[in-house]
Amino acid sequence: MDSFRSKIIPVTAILAGVVVLWYVFAVILNAPFQRDLDTRANETPGTVEFIGKTLSQPKPTLPAPHQVAVNFFENTFLRSVTSNRSLVYNAWVTLSSTLLGFAFGTALGILIAVGIVHVATLDRSLMPWIIASQTIPILAVAPMIIVVLAAIGITGLIPKALISTYLSFFPVAVGMVKGLRSPELMHLDLMHTYNASASQTFWKLRVPASVPFLFTSMKVAVAASLVGAIVGELPTGAVAGIGAKLLAGAYYSQTIDIWSALVAGSIVAALLVMVVGIAGRLVDRAMGGRPA
Amino acid sequence: MTWLKPSWQSVLAIALSLIALALGAMTKPEAAALAEPAATLAYPYMGAKGLIIGLLLLAALVSVTKLTPMVEAIVLFVGAHAAAWLLIKGIAGFEGTALAPYFLLLAAAWLLAWRCVALLASLRPSESVSRNALRLIIPAIFGAWILIIWEAVTRGAGIPFILLPPPSAIGARIANSLPILGSDVRQTIFKAVLIGYIVGNLAGFAVAILADRVPFLRRGLLPIGNMVSALPIIGVAPIMVMWFGFDWPSKAAVVIIMTFFPMLVNTVAGLAASGHMERDLMRTYASGYWPTLLKLRLPAAMPFIFNALKINSTLALIGAIVAEFFGTPVVGMGFRISTEVGRMNIDMVWAEIAVAALAGSVFYGVVALVERAVTFWHPSVRGG
Repeated sequence: MDSFRSKIIPVTAILAGVVVLWYVFAVILNAPFQRDLDTRANETPGTVEFIGKTLSQPKPTLPAPHQVAVNFFENTFLRSVTSNRSLVYNAWVTLSSTLLGFAFGTALGILIAVGIVHVATLDRSLMPWIIASQTIPILAVAPMIIVVLAAIGITGLIPKALISTYLSFFPVAVGMVKGLRSPELMHLDLMHTYNASASQTFWKLRVPASVPFLFTSMKVAVAASLVGAIVGELPTGAVAGIGAKLLAGAYYSQTIDIWSALVAGSIVAALLVMVVGIAGRLVDRAMGGRPA
Repeated sequence: MTWLKPSWQSVLAIALSLIALALGAMTKPEAAALAEPAATLAYPYMGAKGLIIGLLLLAALVSVTKLTPMVEAIVLFVGAHAAAWLLIKGIAGFEGTALAPYFLLLAAAWLLAWRCVALLASLRPSESVSRNALRLIIPAIFGAWILIIWEAVTRGAGIPFILLPPPSAIGARIANSLPILGSDVRQTIFKAVLIGYIVGNLAGFAVAILADRVPFLRRGLLPIGNMVSALPIIGVAPIMVMWFGFDWPSKAAVVIIMTFFPMLVNTVAGLAASGHMERDLMRTYASGYWPTLLKLRLPAAMPFIFNALKINSTLALIGAIVAEFFGTPVVGMGFRISTEVGRMNIDMVWAEIAVAALAGSVFYGVVALVERAVTFWHPSVRGG
């Protein structure tokens, strides 16, 4: 009850405020175009009617929330899932490359982390480059990777997944390095007194200690992976996927479509982060973790 | 045998060099020349082959003897890089004709360089100057070898230019198109990124202070801010392009939105970082809200704020470049990348990426330097 009072009420209040502001801005931003239309049609609508019209333009500058909601509902639930206008279909296309890239990225990140923790040379030589690799705006490379791979006949999921991989390996690698190094000296010394081999220390001490770090960084990684997949779809010539919907909407000024694609992307992102969070909690419980 | 101290890298390098020697011809023209001894065909490595193998074997053999690590590292460094340089220089004009020994020798040189880095990494110099120098040299050798292998493999195996141009071609391209790159940087970085970055961070900071004064706002904004940071915000780019036109303001708007939330969330977290004791102390001094904020809580929040500034430095570049994919005047890094990809001028794309990477690293580096100066009191800067 306490958390309800202290969290849900302020969050709902602010969200409600955002919706109200959104309506206000929708009226203000759409008004000039509507006034233009009215003068051409020689109409002088009353204030209420005028506001009603600004909120129901087919290609508004800023669509009203209910327009986005209706469009989202139509494209999600009323279309057959196989139609390429269905948001479910497009979200699935994006989701599949996100998940593939996320799986590659997590595996790569863990591999690099294990290497860095166990090989001193890699720690000193690779770690600075891993950090530097993220100062490169990799999304800028996305179109090239996709076009070049298409030129040698690799199309479809893999190129998009590669971009997701690049974006998602970094948080996992950094988090896992931290996690694998998180056991205290005392614990390591204890393993030493047990005469444990390096691999035993690794599996029985370092890996369990790193699990919370892994899931925290996987949450970041999965969100980054989705961004990678969406941007990866931009230069492919807008075939399918949330990024393709955005691009098509931008070409044809279908603002409502853009907004509902954004909503779909956000929902996918929230779901992915939630799933990773739940998986983390389940693993934690299976390993005997107690709620703190 | 006390004077021997073999490492697996050196032994493997010797083995690879010997195999390369036994296999004979380094390139197809050389194999053709060997098949027809009568004809006088020009082929690569006419004189240099023995030199390369000799250099590698010498460096490897010297390194298995017991030397001080410093001397051994220098010998390996010189041997590996001279051999690599000769290998790359020799293939010029005969791209795509390399046979197995070429790659074996490359691998041998790389192993020696690895051994060199491993030695350097094990050094524990006492003076801080040489420690800092090592911190730079080790990653530098690693980065140089990425470029060397890239160059040697693309040229040796004759990988098509549009697939992956060698670094030397990219470098030449950068040198030849400095004016274009300069105008792109001006458009994208100095207009869109910097303005968006400054405005976005200031806005995030201001809202965070506001949320700090009004607890209701903080409790509502923080969960929303955390959730928004997981969303693909980059998707607002087409909308911003529609609203603010093709020129830089639309890109700056995307950057503002992308940098706002990390700054907000981190500043709010940072303002909560000062301890109770310190705040109580300020109370006993009868210091009001603003003096406490300025003298205690903001300095304590600095590590968090700089964390946001660092995250945002990357986000800002990404936001501006990707927003240019949705429409732009005929200048800008994102525009150049997407059009040159379409025209298959891959070297120009790589040149643009190299410039972007450089700009990103410099941006990040400047923020990190300012952070060291501002948070000099923090344990991570003091070094313990």
